[in-house]
Amino acid sequence: MCPDMKGLKHMLIVVLMSVILPLQASEAHHDSPQDSEIDVGEMLFGHIGDSYGWHITDWGGKHVTIPLPCIVYSRQTGWHCFMSTRVEHGHEYKGFSIAEEGRYKDKIVETGSDGEQIRPFDISITKNVCSLIFTGLLLISLVLSAAGWYRRHDASEEAPGGFTGLVEMMVMMVNDDLIRPSVGEKEYRKYAPYLLTAFFFIFISNLLGIVPFFPGGANVTGNIAVTLVLAMCTFVAVNLFGNRHYWKEILWPDVPVFLKFPIPIMQTIELFGLIAKPFSLMVRLFANIMAGHAMILGLVSVIFVTVKLGPVINGSMTVITMLFGVFMDCLELLVAFIQAYVFTMLSAVFIGMSRQEHEI
Amino acid sequence: MNLLLPESGLLFWMTVIFAIVFFVLAKFGFPVITGMVERRSRRINDSLEAARVAEEAIENLNATKEQIVAETRMEQERLTKEAVGERERIIGLAQAQARQEADRILQEAREKILEEKEAALKDIRREVALVSMTIAEKLVRKELSSAEGQRELLDRLVEDMTEHKDMEVS
Repeated sequence: MCPDMKGLKHMLIVVLMSVILPLQASEAHHDSPQDSEIDVGEMLFGHIGDSYGWHITDWGGKHVTIPLPCIVYSRQTGWHCFMSTRVEHGHEYKGFSIAEEGRYKDKIVETGSDGEQIRPFDISITKNVCSLIFTGLLLISLVLSAAGWYRRHDASEEAPGGFTGLVEMMVMMVNDDLIRPSVGEKEYRKYAPYLLTAFFFIFISNLLGIVPFFPGGANVTGNIAVTLVLAMCTFVAVNLFGNRHYWKEILWPDVPVFLKFPIPIMQTIELFGLIAKPFSLMVRLFANIMAGHAMILGLVSVIFVTVKLGPVINGSMTVITMLFGVFMDCLELLVAFIQAYVFTMLSAVFIGMSRQEHEI
Repeated sequence: MNLLLPESGLLFWMTVIFAIVFFVLAKFGFPVITGMVERRSRRINDSLEAARVAEEAIENLNATKEQIVAETRMEQERLTKEAVGERERIIGLAQAQARQEADRILQEAREKILEEKEAALKDIRREVALVSMTIAEKLVRKELSSAEGQRELLDRLVEDMTEHKDMEVS
């Protein structure tokens, strides 16, 4: 229950922040329209959201951005592949541009002959995709290099130390303390690879998200598409291998007949439960990580927002913000682990429930 | 809020990347690590079991040793007791034999003494007879020197002999 509470708290805070900060920013905007104001809300959502190029820093008034490939499919003109620099900062390339406003804000749109903006099928390698690839490669190399140790050594004769020992400790911790009791002694071996992959994928993504500079800093697990795929994997693992007893509990539970026939009340409820489980997984991870990013970014923005209020306030606020920032970063380290742990544990519990034999 | 709308492109890539990562790690990564750790833990368990068995064997050996020692001690005690008994028996036997022998010797000595006494008595008797004979001879010779004496003696002798014969007949 604790992580849920934390999730709720984070959600509340991020809602508050996203309401208050843009307000402040827009007020400031009204005061001095000439100044190059920092639009905190814009900055915040820009960092939390996805982008076509990987913006690293601003240096001497110039954007330092890693260009990434855009891959789009247009109904009229077919497949297109180009670098993100071609469409950034209001440029247009073969009718494609990044929408400044409207429904498809910050997304590549195709402007048709009639001036209407159409969203093409877009599988660009965005910042998040790039970070995902990096996470995947990092995870594979970490685990495979640890696994390589076991190929070179006789593991029954000696125990690994150093890096391999760390990986082994983490893997066995998740395997023995989390997956095994949750899924059940009999079948946990079958599901352990998926659950371990999910755990480490989320954990490394979360940690990389906390790192404020390239190649970290992308809000990967705080993106609903990523958590949706992870939750879908658990959904598939739960329902594809659910046993007879599991389906009977959903389709014909042990309740008085009028509750399930002719109006399938119980079945409807169970079906909602079926969807609610992965949905809660998806939202919990997304909201926690997104809120953490928003909190830290919001705190950092306070420094820039208070510049106008004079050096005294700005200086004291900077100190306070720094302290809070350090605290938040430590908290996020904890959250990075806890959320990976919770996601894996709940997935394991759901799988264990679907594989449970009928107890009399 | 487009934060809550999943992007199709990101969905696609996440699916692809996660699938690749999952297949690589599920095939070459995690099972290797967990399998090896399980093997090691099995081996540790086996070693512990073997150690336990060995310890038990040592305990058994100790028990056997103690039993053997106890048995030996009992045997020794028994032997000692037996030896003491034997000694006493032998001593007793020897004493009995000695007593018997002594008795026998005493008996023999007594008999010998008796015999010796008899012989001595016989000897003395003979000596006495001889001496008396000699004395008698001398007396007789003195008495016989006269004719009257000779006659008297003959009478007395005849008297004696008849007396003697009467005694024998009666």
